Amino acid sequence: MTKTNFTRRGVMKTGAATGAGLAVPTLFTGAAWSDGHTGFTNAPGEGSVTLGFNVPQTGPYADEGADELRAFELAVEHLNGEGDGGMLSTFSSKTLDGTGILGRRVEYVTGDTQTKPDAARAAAKSMIEKDGAVMISGGSSSGVAVAVQALCQEAGIIFMAGLTHSNDTTGKDKKANGFRHFFNSYMSGAALAPILAAQYGADRKAYHLTADYNWGYTTEEAIRTSTEALGWETVAAVKTPLTQTDFSSYIAPVLSSGADVLVLNHYGGNMVNSLTNAVQFGLRAQQANGKQFEIVVPLYSELMARGAGANIGGILGSQNWDWKLENQLGARYSGTNAFVQSFGTKFGFPPSQAAHTCYVQTLLYADAVARAGSFNPCAVVEALEGFEFDGMGNGPTLYRADDHQCFKDVLVVRGKENPENEFDLVEIVEVTPVEQVTYAPDHPQFAGGALGTCNPGA
Amino acid sequence: MLGLNAKDFRLLLLVTILVVFAPVFLNPFPVDSAMAQFNAGYPDLMQRFVIFGIFAIGFNILFGLTGYLSFGHAAFLGTGSYAAVWMLKLLTINVLPAILVSTIVAGLFALLIGFVSLRRSGIYFSILTLAFAQMAFALAASVLTSLTGGETGLQTALSDPRILDGAAAVAGNIPAPSLFGYEMRATTTMRFGDWAFTLNLGYYLAGAFMLAAFYLSIRITRSPFGMMLRAIKSNQQRLNYTGLNTKPYMLACFVISGMYAGLAGGLMAAMDPLAGAERMFWTASGEVVVMTILGGVGTLIGPVLGAGLIKYMENIVSKINEATLHSWFAFLPDGMEDAVVALIYPFIGKGWNLTLGIVFMLVVIFLPGGLVQGGQKIAGLFRRKKSAEASTKAQTPAE
Repeated sequence: MTKTNFTRRGVMKTGAATGAGLAVPTLFTGAAWSDGHTGFTNAPGEGSVTLGFNVPQTGPYADEGADELRAFELAVEHLNGEGDGGMLSTFSSKTLDGTGILGRRVEYVTGDTQTKPDAARAAAKSMIEKDGAVMISGGSSSGVAVAVQALCQEAGIIFMAGLTHSNDTTGKDKKANGFRHFFNSYMSGAALAPILAAQYGADRKAYHLTADYNWGYTTEEAIRTSTEALGWETVAAVKTPLTQTDFSSYIAPVLSSGADVLVLNHYGGNMVNSLTNAVQFGLRAQQANGKQFEIVVPLYSELMARGAGANIGGILGSQNWDWKLENQLGARYSGTNAFVQSFGTKFGFPPSQAAHTCYVQTLLYADAVARAGSFNPCAVVEALEGFEFDGMGNGPTLYRADDHQCFKDVLVVRGKENPENEFDLVEIVEVTPVEQVTYAPDHPQFAGGALGTCNPGA
Repeated sequence: MLGLNAKDFRLLLLVTILVVFAPVFLNPFPVDSAMAQFNAGYPDLMQRFVIFGIFAIGFNILFGLTGYLSFGHAAFLGTGSYAAVWMLKLLTINVLPAILVSTIVAGLFALLIGFVSLRRSGIYFSILTLAFAQMAFALAASVLTSLTGGETGLQTALSDPRILDGAAAVAGNIPAPSLFGYEMRATTTMRFGDWAFTLNLGYYLAGAFMLAAFYLSIRITRSPFGMMLRAIKSNQQRLNYTGLNTKPYMLACFVISGMYAGLAGGLMAAMDPLAGAERMFWTASGEVVVMTILGGVGTLIGPVLGAGLIKYMENIVSKINEATLHSWFAFLPDGMEDAVVALIYPFIGKGWNLTLGIVFMLVVIFLPGGLVQGGQKIAGLFRRKKSAEASTKAQTPAE
């Protein structure tokens, strides 16, 4: 079976091949991406710069992904001086003038995260390695955000997180090259708890259903901690798989548990299904412990409200932004109307908060590059750290240097009982001022991570 | 040469040439041309080609030789990935121990699952492996979250101990997986006029493993052990009745196949230090079945071709969007342009699965032997005389 016959020629051949093989690694130590590039990964050429928009186009968060993509399209248009300019006119920083970024025309490539960390990284890698993207943005899940953020840190690319609400993104998994504009679980808890206590009383017993991944955990923890501090009691917390579509078996034990509030730490399709199940079980018509039974959804979105239909009526939750903000609460939230106006003109309906955060992130990145005068990730990081801005729809906002998290007002909203149209489904109950949702960078819910240092890559 | 007959050696040589020059073959279009969209020669995709090639070769050793259809092979890939990432976290950022351990761990896991599953054959075997894989997925996704990171996946972190080289963490950044200091992502671009070819160290390491795996699979196929496996495929009962205990052969084969999957998983983690539970999901197991059938079951090179085609479609066809289509057909009159785009649109972008499904159906119906049979038919057109011999050969029943 085995044939071993050494010949002089064979030995020489093998020796030569081995030598060549050993010499190969030295090939790669030369200046990588040498010509036309200066000191950092994917430095753009003279004419154009490529951004990568990585959004879920399939899977449970596909609706959010589609809306994010619309927002990116709009942002690129405005950066290139097409359309009506949107928030460029209200943004407090005036470096962007509609001539692209640093005089380079903005082009973009898209990818599908499929809401899976693996697929999202593959899509992001192809944007970085094949298309030469210098910044990656988008995403609609914290699992994906954490994975792609780590990849961007390794590759030396800036990551501008899209919709990601888990504490981990700017907590234990924070990275120097990653930035988050969206709010987080802690902020939801801090904003919601006082209002829950005021509306439903301070002696409630809560039952949590929690999506079984990092966002679910941190949201459950945040809501628990904030509500327990005000006197609530947590009866039970049950984890549900992300792929679950029928929650009947999880809802059934709720009533007999002695709880009088159900907290649904679910998002997207999960939330639509679990809420629908809960309402169909008649939970909201029940009395428990002598009180009306209530349901709370910590993270709200217009797209989910649309999916859940009439079931959403009267249910409290929190939001990062709402398209009615400026109309109802005045000029503090300027930028909102400008964005809604140009989004509505182009697509025929108002934008979701996912679209808003992605649009703002793209503009913030472009502005940071313009202020820094360079696409070098380290220069961009420096420009964004501690950056205070206004006119982006959320009021005065700070990009904190310690963890790359934006601090701004948080909305508490309630589903409308009798919505007039399919886009006006939530009413704003209160806006929690930024001071009330600010926390120390080393808060226990965010402990255990380190930003590290910015990585310019090659 | 190398213990192979001339024909097999030529095949190995061909595969070697393909692997070494893949960065050139896969980037046939100039960088700035409209066709650059179809270039596949970037490191991540090339790595995927060879890694899934290894996975499919291993699967083919089981399915192609013995006919046992394992529907849970992704479990070994996932186990390998987790083992490798843990090695990168705990021991050293050097990828060699990680790859070695991932192969061994997957082999042990395969021994366990194979011992139970191989008590049955046919559809029952498939269902058992599927059940075990789904159990592994459920464990990884939620029960063993502390070990696997759950849905978020397992990643390297700044605070990892890395016993052997923990101090080497440079300036606040997580070190990238490397081979004795040469980073896997180290890349150099060679430019020839408008063409650019990307040479990546990680790809060549994975490629070297793929060639070794391919060579080993040829040796296994041509060995008496391989002959025994094919005997099991043709009639296991008859073998049993002749007094031969087939179980050790089956188990050995299953473990080897699992180790191939573990090697692939370890390489995936070495190229990109992340392991996620969805690598073990049943769709991932199904994918390798499709790869093997698409390329040609039981052939040596088929699974590699199948893996390449699927990964190409997943990464290239899925990225063509509506705007790209419009730019291609811009030369047509307006109404016609929209009509053509509307006609093609469902098959590209997120519809790539649909295209793959159609290709798969066509292959199964018209080329039951997979892409390899297609290649033989084309070759036959050019060598009429030889093809007559080949076809008579092909007609002799394999079973």
